[in-house]
Amino acid sequence: MPYENGISLRNLVSDYAGGAMHILIIEDDENAAQYMAKGLTESGHVVDVASNGRDGLFMATGGDYDALIVDRMLPHLDGLAVIQALRAADIATPVLILSALGEVDDRVKGLRAGGDDYLTKPFAFSELIARLDAIVRRHNAGRVETTLKVGDLELDLLSRQVRRAGRAIELQPREFRLLEYMMRHADQVVTRTMLLEGVWDYHFDPQTNVIDVHISRLRQKIEKGFDKPLLHTVRGAGYVLRDTP
Amino acid sequence: MTTTSSGFRAFRTSTFRIVFRYAAIVGIFLTLVLGLVYWWALAVIDQGVRQTIEAEIRGLAEQYRTEGLERLIEVVSERSRRQPTDNSVYLLVAPDGRRLAGNLANWPDDAVVSVDGDKTWFNITLKKKEDGALVPHSIQARTFQLPGGFRLLVGHDTQGITDFRNIIIGVLAWAAVATLALAVLGGLLISRNLLRRVENVSATSRDIIRGDLGRRVQTDGSGDEFDRLARSINEMLDQIQHLMTGMRAVTDSLGHDLLSPLSRLRSRAELAFRNAPMDAPERETLELTIADADAILATFRSLMRIAQAESGLSRAEMVAVDLTTIADEVAELYQPVAEDKGLHFDKRLEPGCRIRAHEQLLAQAIANLLDNAVKYTPENGRVWLAVRREERAVVCEIADSGPGIPAEDREPVFERFTRLEHSRTTPGNGLGLSLVAAVAMLHGAAIELADNQPGLKVTLRFPPDQAAG
Repeated sequence: MPYENGISLRNLVSDYAGGAMHILIIEDDENAAQYMAKGLTESGHVVDVASNGRDGLFMATGGDYDALIVDRMLPHLDGLAVIQALRAADIATPVLILSALGEVDDRVKGLRAGGDDYLTKPFAFSELIARLDAIVRRHNAGRVETTLKVGDLELDLLSRQVRRAGRAIELQPREFRLLEYMMRHADQVVTRTMLLEGVWDYHFDPQTNVIDVHISRLRQKIEKGFDKPLLHTVRGAGYVLRDTP
Repeated sequence: MTTTSSGFRAFRTSTFRIVFRYAAIVGIFLTLVLGLVYWWALAVIDQGVRQTIEAEIRGLAEQYRTEGLERLIEVVSERSRRQPTDNSVYLLVAPDGRRLAGNLANWPDDAVVSVDGDKTWFNITLKKKEDGALVPHSIQARTFQLPGGFRLLVGHDTQGITDFRNIIIGVLAWAAVATLALAVLGGLLISRNLLRRVENVSATSRDIIRGDLGRRVQTDGSGDEFDRLARSINEMLDQIQHLMTGMRAVTDSLGHDLLSPLSRLRSRAELAFRNAPMDAPERETLELTIADADAILATFRSLMRIAQAESGLSRAEMVAVDLTTIADEVAELYQPVAEDKGLHFDKRLEPGCRIRAHEQLLAQAIANLLDNAVKYTPENGRVWLAVRREERAVVCEIADSGPGIPAEDREPVFERFTRLEHSRTTPGNGLGLSLVAAVAMLHGAAIELADNQPGLKVTLRFPPDQAAG
């Protein structure tokens, strides 16, 4: 696999040190909660855990959290009910919903209840971090952009044109959407599953890693003739678009 | 369902055949009985006529013997004058053939002779004046030789019997026609009634086959055989559903019990990997462990997807979609992969082919088929994707110029975990085509594997979206 411009997840995690988040995990599975808490703490975040829906709702309402991780099935108060109660109380904290495997069609229900993203258990830790990061940034950005910029790469959402260092780059419609997604999540690790969901709207894993081929084509177009690489492969996680100094 | 076609279908039911056969048997039996009655009645009447004639001849012979020729002529003339109210015919001739008395003009010589024991009977046809016209009448007669050379003929007009016979034949013919007509009509009516009740069961069965296990056959509470059948079927379905729910609970908890530790194993390995120093020797082991865990999880996910499609639970999410667009998007996902492998990708997509579908599952099925096509076709080969409308179906066809699948292996490839000999070396878990089969079933689509000469051609025939026409 081409890892020539790959960077390790370890480097990436250290980037969060500056932006430590306060995260509440509402999860009744003690083991799962513990592993998530451990991993997130090691990534430099501050983590609280609630083991049932009632406590979770109470803590989420009172505490000042940057993000919530809410399990779909909870004792006392169902995960979706917790989110609905929060949204009804005008608390807009971004929520990542966790659900057991096999409840594929629950996604829509989860998002409709006010969740920001949906993750099926079991998941890779890198997937959890990437998605958490994505919903928090989206929540904080909060403004409508017409131009996206990463280093000398510019993407105009209105004229649908891409330029790098002033030179126009021709992209197919899907490549444009792929680049747009990467640029909206600049400096964040984006997983293959996130790309399939966000760019293609496919909620399944293709048997072959088709995403890699699309990424390498896009990389060809935006990096050919330029010295500095922008689209990096993060080993074992996904990709990141960033202007490395 | 229109009246004509259901009426037409009533002809093809077993009930109709049974009723029709029954009517045929009754008809034959009826004909036999009536025929017997007919022959018997005719014989009795015939016998009566002969006895009357015999008695008359005996009487007349007695007259002749005791009172002589004069008296006989007198009696015969007197009896002849009773005409035409009586149907008797008399003739007495002298030895030289001269007519002495009677209502017959001359001795008949065209008489048909039949012998009954020692007696000779004639059947003669006479022309009788009726309303000014001569009408042929058949007469049964007997002659008697009197002593002295005189001959006596006594006969009886059997025209009434002939008329009677004709009437009976007519009645029999009409009865046969009426029986046949009633049989067809009755068969149709009974069949249609039964058909409606059987259709009730069939419709439910079809729904259940399509995955709607909650359906039950309607009972009407009448307690008749169909009602009892419906109740038995419903009890059976309850039992099946109960077993399946139990099975699902077992599978789910098994899945949960396996997934939780597997998921913890993966998390642990991932955390260890993340915390290990860059040059630590265990990094590679951990990475391989994570990869294996991911492969197992991917298989789990595929199995869950197949189960989801097979259970029919996703039916609620089926909407009218444009198959052309869905296929085109999946093709676009795979086109770069095909091009990188030097494959020629040939798309023939007829626009606007609409079907009812679960979009994600349908896309995944097409993706799995394209994945296989691209994976198994050697470099510089060809891959085809076609969507088109046929008379009664919307067709999605994926073909390649790869090694294909031998005819005897085509059925098993839809089974879970089937991997053919030449595919052992390529990545995959043997679930791709199982999912395609499950998705096809969910959509009521027919699936066909054929030889593309060379290569494999997979054809999915979807029922077109009714609303879109």
